[in-house]
Amino acid sequence: MTAIQLAMTETYEIDAIDRQIIAATQRGLPLSNQPYHDVAKQLNLDVKDVLLRMQNMQDKGIIRRIGVIPNHYKLGYKSNGMSVWNIPEEKISELGQLVGSLDFVSHCYQRPRFLPEWPYNLFAMVHGKTHDEVIAKVDVIASLLGNNNRGHEILFSTKILKKTGLRIG
Amino acid sequence: MAAEPIGHLDRHHHKTELIQQLLNAFQHDFPLSATPYADIADKLGITEQAVIDLLTQLKQQNILSRVGAVFRPNRVGASTLAAMAVPEHRLEEVADIISSYPAVNHNYEREHHFNLWFVATAENAEHLDSILNDMEKKTAIRILSLPMEKDYHIDLGFPLQLIQGGHHD
Repeated sequence: MTAIQLAMTETYEIDAIDRQIIAATQRGLPLSNQPYHDVAKQLNLDVKDVLLRMQNMQDKGIIRRIGVIPNHYKLGYKSNGMSVWNIPEEKISELGQLVGSLDFVSHCYQRPRFLPEWPYNLFAMVHGKTHDEVIAKVDVIASLLGNNNRGHEILFSTKILKKTGLRIG
Repeated sequence: MAAEPIGHLDRHHHKTELIQQLLNAFQHDFPLSATPYADIADKLGITEQAVIDLLTQLKQQNILSRVGAVFRPNRVGASTLAAMAVPEHRLEEVADIISSYPAVNHNYEREHHFNLWFVATAENAEHLDSILNDMEKKTAIRILSLPMEKDYHIDLGFPLQLIQGGHHD
């Protein structure tokens, strides 16, 4: 994403029709010959408008990607470890990008600390087929961070209590 | 397995390879066109109906969550990752209360002092705050709200390896 695109992302506001398209597609596109036509028909819109608006939302970063979304858990990726890191403020931008570029990291966010009980400001989600695989991948991150890692933990999930796609009202 | 006719094994292997291709190559850049499944079919060298049938089958088996857009967090409304330290004996009760909110789309139990982690989304920050306040009142447990400050991940999906020793990129 270019600097210009990033700047536009900050200011772009979706409108009511964009919201309708999001609401109609967030549970998935139909598995039919012309899925966008079906969405357009349902919303009483022109298919060209649906395609343009989805492209626009993608360009502006509202939509990150459109694709097939597998169920990782069902495919054997049963271990998900949320690795959390305490990184000095002045280094977090550079190191966040480094960790976020690793292909085994599926999410990488900077979040606020909550002192004293929560000192961690960088979150990197690591998936694997086993706990050991996740631990090995987290070790790779630790060695990349070196002395700039002031402490880390892995929080393994023990139970998925609820998981649905994004819903908006 | 030794008793299986070779042709059967070939077909099985071919199908797994096809699924791996379909799930890996189209986690992003799913076509925004009139007939996206036909476009994918062209790239895979199979028929449109075969693509639709395969995706329908994967959906029924819950291997595929959906085909569709992944929305960038914090772009559509306001959201946060929230953590709670729940006494072991209250975990089920509190988890049920949290999951019952439509604003909660992910809720995980994790191995840590902070053992309940969920994502809450609302149409704006004030509404999100009021939901979190309501949860604190109902459960009498403090909530750490850790909203995303910066996203360092370039989301292209997650590489899957379904075939033992197979190529992975």
